Amino acid sequence: MDFVHQHLPALVVALPLVTGLVTAMVGRRGAGWWIAMGSSAAVFALCAQLLANVAGGGSQSVTYLLGNWPIPYGIGLVVDPLNAAVLATVALIGCVVTLYARRSMAQEVPEDRSHFFWALWQFCQVGLLGITITGDAFNFYVLLEISSLSTYTLIAMGKGRDRRALTAAINYLVIGSIGACFYLLGVAYLYMVTGSLNMADIHARLQDIFATWGTDAPVYRKTVIAGFAFIMVGLSLKLALFPLHLWLPNAYTYAPAAVTALLASTATKVGAYGFIRVIYTVVGPDFAWRYLHSDYILMICAMMAILGGSLMAIRQVNVKKLLAYSSIGQIGYIALGIASDNVYGLQAAIIHIFNHALTKGAMFMAVGCVLYRVGGVRLEHLRGLGRKMPLTMAAFTIGGLGLIGVPMTAGFVSKWYLVGGTLERGWMGAAGVVLVGSVLALVYTWRCIESIYFGKREEGAPEVREAPLSMLVPTLLLAVASLYFGMDSRLTSDISAQAAHFLLGVRP
Amino acid sequence: MKNNPIMRVVARWNIPFMFVFAVYVQVHGEIGPGGGFQAGVIMAASFILYGMVFGAAEMRRVVPRRLTDILAAAGVLLYAGTGIYSMLMGYPFLDHVAIWPGNPGGAEPWGMVSVEWGVGITVFAVMMTVFNEITEGTDEAPLGTDTEMVPALHQNKTEIN
Amino acid sequence: MQIVQDYYNYWICIALMMVGLYGVIAKTNLVKKAISLGLFQTGILVFYITIAKIEGGTGPVTVSPLAGEPIYSNPLPHALMLTAIVVGVSTLAVAMALIINIREKYGTIDEHDIHRMEHEMQD
Repeated sequence: MDFVHQHLPALVVALPLVTGLVTAMVGRRGAGWWIAMGSSAAVFALCAQLLANVAGGGSQSVTYLLGNWPIPYGIGLVVDPLNAAVLATVALIGCVVTLYARRSMAQEVPEDRSHFFWALWQFCQVGLLGITITGDAFNFYVLLEISSLSTYTLIAMGKGRDRRALTAAINYLVIGSIGACFYLLGVAYLYMVTGSLNMADIHARLQDIFATWGTDAPVYRKTVIAGFAFIMVGLSLKLALFPLHLWLPNAYTYAPAAVTALLASTATKVGAYGFIRVIYTVVGPDFAWRYLHSDYILMICAMMAILGGSLMAIRQVNVKKLLAYSSIGQIGYIALGIASDNVYGLQAAIIHIFNHALTKGAMFMAVGCVLYRVGGVRLEHLRGLGRKMPLTMAAFTIGGLGLIGVPMTAGFVSKWYLVGGTLERGWMGAAGVVLVGSVLALVYTWRCIESIYFGKREEGAPEVREAPLSMLVPTLLLAVASLYFGMDSRLTSDISAQAAHFLLGVRP
Repeated sequence: MKNNPIMRVVARWNIPFMFVFAVYVQVHGEIGPGGGFQAGVIMAASFILYGMVFGAAEMRRVVPRRLTDILAAAGVLLYAGTGIYSMLMGYPFLDHVAIWPGNPGGAEPWGMVSVEWGVGITVFAVMMTVFNEITEGTDEAPLGTDTEMVPALHQNKTEIN
Repeated sequence: MQIVQDYYNYWICIALMMVGLYGVIAKTNLVKKAISLGLFQTGILVFYITIAKIEGGTGPVTVSPLAGEPIYSNPLPHALMLTAIVVGVSTLAVAMALIINIREKYGTIDEHDIHRMEHEMQD
């Protein structure tokens, strides 16, 4: 046990990496799933332990030195209240979706490729967990590319069902690579002026540079601003923030069902985490918000995301695409929380990262069940399924209510905090947009619910049964969890309050 | 190209030297210029040259795809294993001191040797995989014997759904 | 012209990146898009290398005791860019694999044709 405690941060990344490699070597004939399942369960246990350590140890950050190189020179893995929460979210979703993926994968990916699928599945999680835990700006880029490259391939594996998966994957590849390159370029600018790649060290050195800006001889002003702008644009592409979201709908729609569930609930969330990390702990809110006033840009993007994403979602007939557009809107909520720059707003962003992962995960998994049994996910395929697949559709409905933000669901908690945060900031319009977004969510959710419970299945359509147990259980698990965290928000609000206080540097 | 005597002779003479040079670059990696990445590419290049002259199928007989699949993972596993070994010995991940406790100066190169071999093996295997993927379906004819460089692209023209 | 001469290394980076970005946006052939992406990445590689150079600096590998205290160029960006090159190669490999698959499934690698075909498919 001592061994595990001593090396917790490294194990979170190293364990899925090693098991992923083993999967690539011996993961044929179903063994791949067992390895992936065992590994993701273990990683979840490790992340839960990390979260417990951080929650118990006050708002301290713990640094693990890779190769024992001291910190500005070597790569450090940093665990603080913020990324412990995101790590736990990613690991939880990874674990549940892996459980779900076994049956749906068997249907969608050819047997002779399954060991590659499971290897890439784990590499994707390595990348996402690594991005979250690393304290080094360049390492962040490498892990970003690891997760992105495996994601492109995972999306392309949907080609068996729909060939558009391939074009969605290559679109994402082009846009994602440009985003990563922008990030890399931004890091180069910051490296030019600070000579450091460690995030905490960059932060410390930037403070000296900022100190000169009030005087007559400001140094490196344009370089720092350009670097910050490049990093923000790069991360926005990864996050799919509104004007830069074009890769997302097709990628989510045509990827295999389990991959969509994994991406929707983890990949963009990690992008949002990167946003918070760079703004609050690398350049600092004083520079990003109060000097450059980029919070207004972010607010406008977020508001457009909420309205635009939701309006586009209303027009869709393919339920997977509908949910993908709704995700763009939900990302807007997270971005709005980040921009509002107070404890409530940050709490809203962090809680929504978790709650939306649960809600959207449950919905995409329910849609995957429909895909498994019915073979299509257009609105007409959903007709009358309320009787045929009652449990799956119950999970879908709970998720839908969460998107609207009905009280007693997880979505309500995050919107409550978000409205609080925007009002505290004095952004009445933004608070209004949040409420309008809820109404729009009601419209698109209602379109699905109408088909499910009030539509009639066509005469002579093939008989449909409830989804298999191994897919149903994880779906319901997330749906019930989203209800639970809607009713009892003590855990999420405590952890997010700790993280928000840590980020803003104020004592609770 | 198979029937071009100059190519055959030159390739046959070159390939052993490329092997030696790859190993030379590999074993210098930990203290001087060179290292696993370059060595892996040079090693793969020698096999790819063989494949281009004598046919990809012939090359695949020497280095089967199953082998490159396993080697690609094994190399990274060797890299990660070096790190895990340090962890098991009670040091941080990838702290090479664990390999030779008490002699940090001696341990560091040995750790790097292990890491570089891991990188070299993986890069070699991945380069071979890339070549194999692209020449898939050209088993009958070596590259360059017909005008179509990548016949795989044209095989399934009719299979548009 | 002075500004071009003084900062010619940065101009090279800018030119490479802009040519790449233009290709990514304007070319409809997917292979050309992938090539342009590589060009764009190369621009960033050159940028990292150029900020590491110190005037009169030598490589940090050899130390000649006769030369006195030598000035070293910063080796770290070079090491970083080795990693970035590997990432670029992997991205290109994935892109090519996807393009081969697209060619098999669609019969073309031209984006306009693909869009036209997809437009006719239902969601």
